[in-house]
Amino acid sequence: MENPILKLIDKIKPTFSKGGKLSWLHSTFEAFETFAAVPSTTTKGRTQIKDCVDLKRVMIAVVVALIPPFLFGMWNTGDQHATAFGLEWGFWLKVWFGFYKVLPLFLVSYIVGLGIEFAVAQVRGHEVNEGYLVSGFIIPMIMPIDIPLWILALSVAFAVIFGKEIFGGTGMNIWNPALLARAFVFFAYPSVISGDTIWIEGLTNATSAIDGFSGATPLAIAAEGGEAPSLLQMFIGNIPGSFGETSTIAILLGAAILIFTGVASWKIMLSTVIGALAVGFLANALAPAGSFSAYPAINHLVMGGFAFGAVYMATDPVSSAQTEVGKWIYGFSIGALCIILRLFNPGYREGMMLAILLMNTMAPIIDYCVIRPNIRRREKRAATK
Amino acid sequence: MAMDKKIFTTPILKSNPITVLVLGICSSLAVTVKLEPALVMAVSVTIVTGLSSFLISLIRKTIPNRIRIIVQLVVVAMFVILIQQILKAYAYDVSKQLSVYVGLIITNCIIMGRIEAFGLNEKPLPSLVDGLANGLGYGLILVIVAFIRELFGSGTLLGIQVIPQSFYEAGYMNNGLFIMPPMALILIGCFIWIQRIFQKEESK
Repeated sequence: MENPILKLIDKIKPTFSKGGKLSWLHSTFEAFETFAAVPSTTTKGRTQIKDCVDLKRVMIAVVVALIPPFLFGMWNTGDQHATAFGLEWGFWLKVWFGFYKVLPLFLVSYIVGLGIEFAVAQVRGHEVNEGYLVSGFIIPMIMPIDIPLWILALSVAFAVIFGKEIFGGTGMNIWNPALLARAFVFFAYPSVISGDTIWIEGLTNATSAIDGFSGATPLAIAAEGGEAPSLLQMFIGNIPGSFGETSTIAILLGAAILIFTGVASWKIMLSTVIGALAVGFLANALAPAGSFSAYPAINHLVMGGFAFGAVYMATDPVSSAQTEVGKWIYGFSIGALCIILRLFNPGYREGMMLAILLMNTMAPIIDYCVIRPNIRRREKRAATK
Repeated sequence: MAMDKKIFTTPILKSNPITVLVLGICSSLAVTVKLEPALVMAVSVTIVTGLSSFLISLIRKTIPNRIRIIVQLVVVAMFVILIQQILKAYAYDVSKQLSVYVGLIITNCIIMGRIEAFGLNEKPLPSLVDGLANGLGYGLILVIVAFIRELFGSGTLLGIQVIPQSFYEAGYMNNGLFIMPPMALILIGCFIWIQRIFQKEESK
């Protein structure tokens, strides 16, 4: 008990417990207590082997895994801005610029989201759910860097209230809350999330951009039949796009952390890639030359939000399929749907968001279809004996 | 059954056809993008529910039980067609906006539901009141939903711009989600939510 934080917690605990002065803030206190330290409560009764890894530690692991794309995103934001406006910036200036631009997004995301979470927990007398730690981190990473802050706040509020709280909080949600926030922006304010000028900071109201400079994402360029950046460039991620989604290499680093810590399922990631490649190769084989369907299937894996979605969003342990066989079906469908949407939906090329949301909806049915035959098989076996 | 105030008041809030009985959802998604068609729809449905309940109740003792549904349909269809023709004659623009949904009033579950549950067994006057009240309860939700959707989705009310131009210049945008049907569903869900909170407190 040498730790000063622990000492402080123990000292102020009675104030928040039953009968204490601030007992109505109990949920808030508990949230901070368990955030700072592993809870001191232990299982009562007969012994059970209990892992000290609770939901909070799992969420922290995801946040750690999100750091590589985050760091790369900071540099890329600055770099894209510098390229668009013809500025000669050094490495650190670019990173600083990206940080400076993305900080308000994170602040808004966390203040609004956690504000609602704490308020709801307080009203219901629940513990504060920690799920928003990750959602709040992901939301700014999948939004355009120039998104107006009030729209961001609105989308966060919508996602937390209608994506999560009405279903009963973390662990009960049908859809990935972060993706729901993006879907909200996409349907409510399409002009701030589509087009060529929104993916690079400052380009929307630009007056001093280099002549003829296009801020279109590689996906948009390729869909128009133009020449997209090379595979290597897209793999590294020095391209216009949402803050966190551009660099496949940084995302792969994050994927390694997720798989190593056992937080996310490698089966979902792998099957998503297989699904995308299957449809991609099929389209390549059948497509007339020159159409977007003939665009190399491999390239789809590194452009747009595919990698980010496959690693961080499709694997969300709450909204994905739970059974092992189900995970393969679920992932494969996401990958396949994503490419189908990209190729055959001229209105909106980024199919990853809608593919994941749709399969989130289907996940319980997939699980049901996997579990039912298993139960029937075991019943049969029990009956013959 | 004597004329009871409750016949009129319950359907408007306590057993509202939309938020409690969850009837008539389809039309409330379709016609609530703008306030004007919603108002017209509310009035039309109120008239049809009231009058058809009244008429059925008048002839309730002569209707053979086995063919009562067909008789009800004929009566309801008659009123719907009347409304449709009146709208076409005097409010052509609105009737065009409402398109098939005026004709589809006939399939609105509230009307048949009220006839089956009330008009067939009660005297004509209470039936008329019950029908009107249910129509009003339906219309109330319809108008509130349309109000919110038009205000946030288009920035107008009854076609007149309400949100000042300076807002738009400051970066405000109309919310496209409010124009789409899902938002109507979410709004109605919110009403149900709010109503249940209050009714739970009442029943305690």
